[in-house]
Amino acid sequence: MRYAETGFNLEVDLTRGNIEKVATDPRDTALYLGGLGTNAKILWDRVGPEVTPFSPENLLIFSAGLLCGTPATGCNRTILSTISPQTELMAFSMMGGFWAPELKYAGYDKVVLRGKSEKLVYLWIHNDTVEIRDASHLAGKGSVETAEMIRQELKQPKAQVAAIGLAGENRVYYASVEQGRSSASRGGIGAVMGDKRVKAIAVRGTKDINLAKPEEFITLCNDVLAYIKHREDNPIKGVMTILQGLGSPQEMKVHDEKWHTENFMWGNSRTRRKGFWNEEIEEAWTDTLEGARTRLISCFNCPMKCGATISMPGVPTYMMKCFTKLTYTMAAYSDLDFGLRIAQKATEYGLDGFSTPQVMAFALELLEAGILKPDDFPGLPESNEDRFFYLLDMIVNREGIGDVLAKGTYWAAKEIGNGAEEYAHNTIKKHEQLPLKLSMLNPIYFLMYAVGEKINITQIEGQFPQAPFPKREHREKFCEDWIQVPHEKFKQYFIDWELRGENSIPYYPTVEMTCDIVEWQEMMHYIDDALGQCAGLSSFPLKPPYHIHNYPKFISAGAGIDMDEETLSDAAKRYRTLVRAVNIRRGMRREDDRPPENHWKKRFPELEEKLLDGYYQLKGWNKEGIPTKEALEKMGLGYVADDFIQRGILTEDETADVQTETQTQ
Amino acid sequence: MAGKTKEKKIVKTIKIDVDKCNGCRACEVICSAFHASPKYSSNNPARSRIRIIREPLRDIYVPVYAGEYTMAECAGRDKYTIDGKEYDECSFCRASCPSREEFKEPDSGLPLKCDMCEGEDEPLCVKWCLVDALTLEEREEEVEEQEEMEDLELGLESLADKFGIQTMMDTLARMSKDDKSK
Repeated sequence: MRYAETGFNLEVDLTRGNIEKVATDPRDTALYLGGLGTNAKILWDRVGPEVTPFSPENLLIFSAGLLCGTPATGCNRTILSTISPQTELMAFSMMGGFWAPELKYAGYDKVVLRGKSEKLVYLWIHNDTVEIRDASHLAGKGSVETAEMIRQELKQPKAQVAAIGLAGENRVYYASVEQGRSSASRGGIGAVMGDKRVKAIAVRGTKDINLAKPEEFITLCNDVLAYIKHREDNPIKGVMTILQGLGSPQEMKVHDEKWHTENFMWGNSRTRRKGFWNEEIEEAWTDTLEGARTRLISCFNCPMKCGATISMPGVPTYMMKCFTKLTYTMAAYSDLDFGLRIAQKATEYGLDGFSTPQVMAFALELLEAGILKPDDFPGLPESNEDRFFYLLDMIVNREGIGDVLAKGTYWAAKEIGNGAEEYAHNTIKKHEQLPLKLSMLNPIYFLMYAVGEKINITQIEGQFPQAPFPKREHREKFCEDWIQVPHEKFKQYFIDWELRGENSIPYYPTVEMTCDIVEWQEMMHYIDDALGQCAGLSSFPLKPPYHIHNYPKFISAGAGIDMDEETLSDAAKRYRTLVRAVNIRRGMRREDDRPPENHWKKRFPELEEKLLDGYYQLKGWNKEGIPTKEALEKMGLGYVADDFIQRGILTEDETADVQTETQTQ
Repeated sequence: MAGKTKEKKIVKTIKIDVDKCNGCRACEVICSAFHASPKYSSNNPARSRIRIIREPLRDIYVPVYAGEYTMAECAGRDKYTIDGKEYDECSFCRASCPSREEFKEPDSGLPLKCDMCEGEDEPLCVKWCLVDALTLEEREEEVEEQEEMEDLELGLESLADKFGIQTMMDTLARMSKDDKSK
């Protein structure tokens, strides 16, 4: 018997309309765990570098994490993987909600879509009955609307539906897949779903998920619940409000937006508005949120309330989470009321709340600069807010200039030319990032931004505080119950970290320490993404209930795979490298590992190179960021090495040349 | 079969606060895990003895735990409007009845009933509800009551209702005969 996982994937060939239930190899689970790990393996095996995002050969994988559907608190994430139209690299966006556990209960770990349907369809998975159904009546419908219509049509109120809106149908490069109170937004996964002509996947399951060592597993779950209570009663002092507790940032709960509105950039990541936040605004925004928010809500099997139901007069009810609360507001220099209203429309269209507002602000900046002309915007409304609604429709319907803007700032700027590229200034690997412009380079964040292949800083950071605490005694106090550290050395790194002087950024933490810290944070996120655990109870907040010391026990007791800390770290490193390998094979190199030029005012080019060298060395990659044959073979990825050598990406005798060079310096 | 006794007894009630429910369904997960055999060896919310009637877009979140098995469904379905929200009568009903899939084993269709997680300090749905939508209330009462029916009795009763006692007995006799011949 397979434990925690079902041992079956659904393979759907949309071109032929064929559906197969395929048994998976438990050895792959031991090596790559599940979720992101086995997704990466499938993409490596089956999607060559010649496959373009909108080709029928591109796969779109919906995967439940390894522990989804077990009683592990907060383990509910669906990991979607494909080749992104925007970055042309591997995209692996995640969504919480209720979909992944339902898929497990229906008897499957993954749904692998290949080919392309001729007409718009949706998938209905009900235990052993799986159908491809006509969705022509759902064309153009909103994502929330679609989910409701499908539930009614099937007479299955308990079905969980993941759907795209019009943006996905029209292949907007930053289209999302929406589901309940959650969405997979980054990387344009919704566009690939739309290209395959799949409007939605509805699932309902009533089968059992088994555990290998039941009593042990439930004890672990009870410990996690007790720790969540403990953390709720003991918020972390000395850090900003949203970092004090657990869960993803409690944007739907907090009213104090001083930090975001004064430190993040407004417009297309252009203007910092120091002193913006005042009592009047706080009062108005508090009223808006309290008037709009019906209830704080959770994902499957999780006590945290990170999302909210939003109902505003004249606007259909929708669900919202996290920082999208502010992205539209800040892009348009408007207020929260506008932000929440346009986010409703954008959610129905199925759009990434990070990229979309920036693209719209970018378009208006180009108009202001004379790079785009009034003719490009026929019938442009007068008011600022109306202009954003207008642009949203243009982009989603791909009308006129909207057709170009639908490709994101990087590609749109290239197409528009005439100096537009300078305005596409906030991308990493061609993808829009959080609107930040900071002062002094922070080595930890530099490295996370540069090498993060998840394209979203909040999906890489966590565990280690973002800045030193002013006083040593506070830092020592913080370390007293810091049980999550994989090694005691991290405590010393933090205790010695000062705001000013020798032990301050950018030269402290040192290159070596920075690499250690980044590797730890990255590892935790990668583990979460294989297990299906929400980062909000694990890799994102400080002092979370899940960590490297209890995770191996969860996997052993849950999935029945012998696991200790070393084996787990090795597995995470293995599929992290495999994601890298997929991207290297698609042409990604050191050149691509860099944050936007103007991300920090004070840059340190030499230090930045050393940080990259140090990180590559730690990973066993060569100077170009390509995993070496030696390192690959050590991880059990000899097949990747063979492929690289065959393609001339690596030479036979290439070793970690970075190491030799660093040593001789 | 169940006899009648008169004794002092702690009566357990699960108090439900629908305003606090966040719709996470942890109660369903742990309930089905506790009642698995062996205990915790599997979970499946469809086997849970507590269900959340959940309609996020209408802000309806009603945890309901399983009560009596009933052979027949009720004649009508009343609607209730509370705080401007319209609820179907089924949203509050605890019965395992022919017209709903709640509180039935998904494979056999046999009815399920909440047993307050006998043997535990408190029902596990209460323990796992960190948002306090479910809380345990206990009071001492002198009650004359029928002993609780066990799962097996509950199942047998529903089978008897469906197939008739005679058919069941014939089948049992045949099954035990088949068993002996093995």
